[in-house]
Amino acid sequence: MSARAVRRTRRIQAFRSSAGLFVRNRMGITGLAILIVFVLMALFADVLAPEARLSVTNAPGAPLQPPSARFWLGTDELGRSVLDLVIQGSQISLLVGFLATAISMLIGALVGIVAGYFGGWVDVILMRFTDWFLVIPFLPLAIVLAAILGRSLFVIALVIGVTTWPGTARVVRAQVLTLKERPYVERARALGAGDRQIIGRHILPNVFPLIFANTILVVAVAILTEATLSFLGLGDPFSVSWGSILESAFAEGAISLGAWWYLVPPGLCIVLVVLGFTMCGYAFDEILDPRLRKR
Amino acid sequence: MNGTLLEIKNLRVFYEVRGVKAPAVDGVDLLLRTGDALGLAGESGCGKSTLALACLGLLPRNATVEGSVRFKDMEVVSAKPGRLRALRWAGISMVFQGAMSAFNPVKRVGDQVVEAILLHEDVSRSEARSRMRELFERVGIAPRRAGDYPHEFSGGMRQRVMIAMALACNPPLVIADEPTTALDVMIQAQILNLLAELREERNIALLVITHDLSVLAQVADQVAIMYAGRIVEEGSASEILTTPRHPYSRSLVGAFPVVGDPASRGVPTGLPGDPPDPAARPPGCAFHPRCPNAFEPCDRIDPALERHGSHLAACHLVAREAES
Repeated sequence: MSARAVRRTRRIQAFRSSAGLFVRNRMGITGLAILIVFVLMALFADVLAPEARLSVTNAPGAPLQPPSARFWLGTDELGRSVLDLVIQGSQISLLVGFLATAISMLIGALVGIVAGYFGGWVDVILMRFTDWFLVIPFLPLAIVLAAILGRSLFVIALVIGVTTWPGTARVVRAQVLTLKERPYVERARALGAGDRQIIGRHILPNVFPLIFANTILVVAVAILTEATLSFLGLGDPFSVSWGSILESAFAEGAISLGAWWYLVPPGLCIVLVVLGFTMCGYAFDEILDPRLRKR
Repeated sequence: MNGTLLEIKNLRVFYEVRGVKAPAVDGVDLLLRTGDALGLAGESGCGKSTLALACLGLLPRNATVEGSVRFKDMEVVSAKPGRLRALRWAGISMVFQGAMSAFNPVKRVGDQVVEAILLHEDVSRSEARSRMRELFERVGIAPRRAGDYPHEFSGGMRQRVMIAMALACNPPLVIADEPTTALDVMIQAQILNLLAELREERNIALLVITHDLSVLAQVADQVAIMYAGRIVEEGSASEILTTPRHPYSRSLVGAFPVVGDPASRGVPTGLPGDPPDPAARPPGCAFHPRCPNAFEPCDRIDPALERHGSHLAACHLVAREAES
């Protein structure tokens, strides 16, 4: 067998053993299964629930019908199928969740790496800035930002990203502090490498697993936050998300009317997706940190 | 051909720790010419590694440097960061101690060698790769191993790759900081032979830093013994290793059993005590509290490094013996 083939099989084995750990981790595989279902739902939303059926002016059913054979999850106050709304909502909820996470990770990783790597007054300033974001009550800040910046999907994602990065920044900084003292960083410097080279080639690949593990947990928070903001009426008024379904259900008095089919499905979806991400996150934690593994 | 390559003049390096300035290197002069092999020996904390880092301008931020380090026509101590980066590796490269930790664990070793070439030379990636393969071949590593990660190599192999990396940009001077720590004696001999061969082959000057005199016996022509930030004795390797003059060098050499002398077997003489705290140097000769031969002026007058015959030594005893 050639060296390349040996190497390839070795790598496949390494991947298999990590994948095996994940599969054997019951929590992780349950979380993953939940997420796959929701991601598929979001990807095929337009097929499963064509947008035409969500038209406000010619809704297919009567208002606030309980679940029936035609509308599995009943209808809303305009006569639209709640199932269709929930399916369409998954798209927006996941999209905002991922986008917000990307923004949050970008800021968090950047601030953490720069603060940890350069140290000194850069570190002091960036970390006090981080502390400032950490101590500010999150929801009021998000509400103020959303109110000032207007109401669109991107703004919501931005608001969530801007308010969730400090945790990541702290964790990444701590790791960078230990990484930059490693001999291979000194060796890279002796090689004549500049700061950009060292950060890009040596620090970043080493903090990446940490950033990745953090990402999964932040996605859950971001989706929950999107629902919160939409529920408070700060979401994009032109798109349907789980939070905005809850908002209109609440506004239409679904609770007092006993229209549980309007409230429960979006709420359950939020809980399931957040649960799925959290379970995956814990499973990854266990794989990346062998000390957490149960014998 | 035998031009001056590296000239260190009255180099002093201070580390500031909690407001106290402690000299780690305290007035060192050294001269290296093209193709020279100089060994720098001394116990832990005597300033050997600090000296090496000063040559590359790699000292940590809490260090202050006085004096001069000239590499060819360039003053290293006051050089701007850009020029320093150009000097590093292309002018002076370094073989680090503990080759395991000197490699980034998540990157392939070949790529790390290629990185060195690409940083300094305007060559294509494929050209750098083919040079990396040649270097691997030269240091005795199969080039097909270039795609492996550091943890897949043994200690000796990693040190070979480290040497390949040090040669990547054909530097005229290679500093080897404890090149053979944590290697067994066989591998140690192989690595040292490799260094000696490459020096011969490429006319590289070597500065070997170690606490192990047997290493110097193999690779160095000249040896300088350091104690408490200063050079206390300097001379040709054979002389220092066989007839050391300074009491400190004597106890260093005496700490090794002599092969073929049954009397010395199993009873290497140790030297009691610890090197002085750089922040609190003893008055007079820094070595006098531990010196078995200390006499009257040693605790008052600091001896200067003077020529006595073929050696340079900083010791009142050596001076007195030379007079009589």
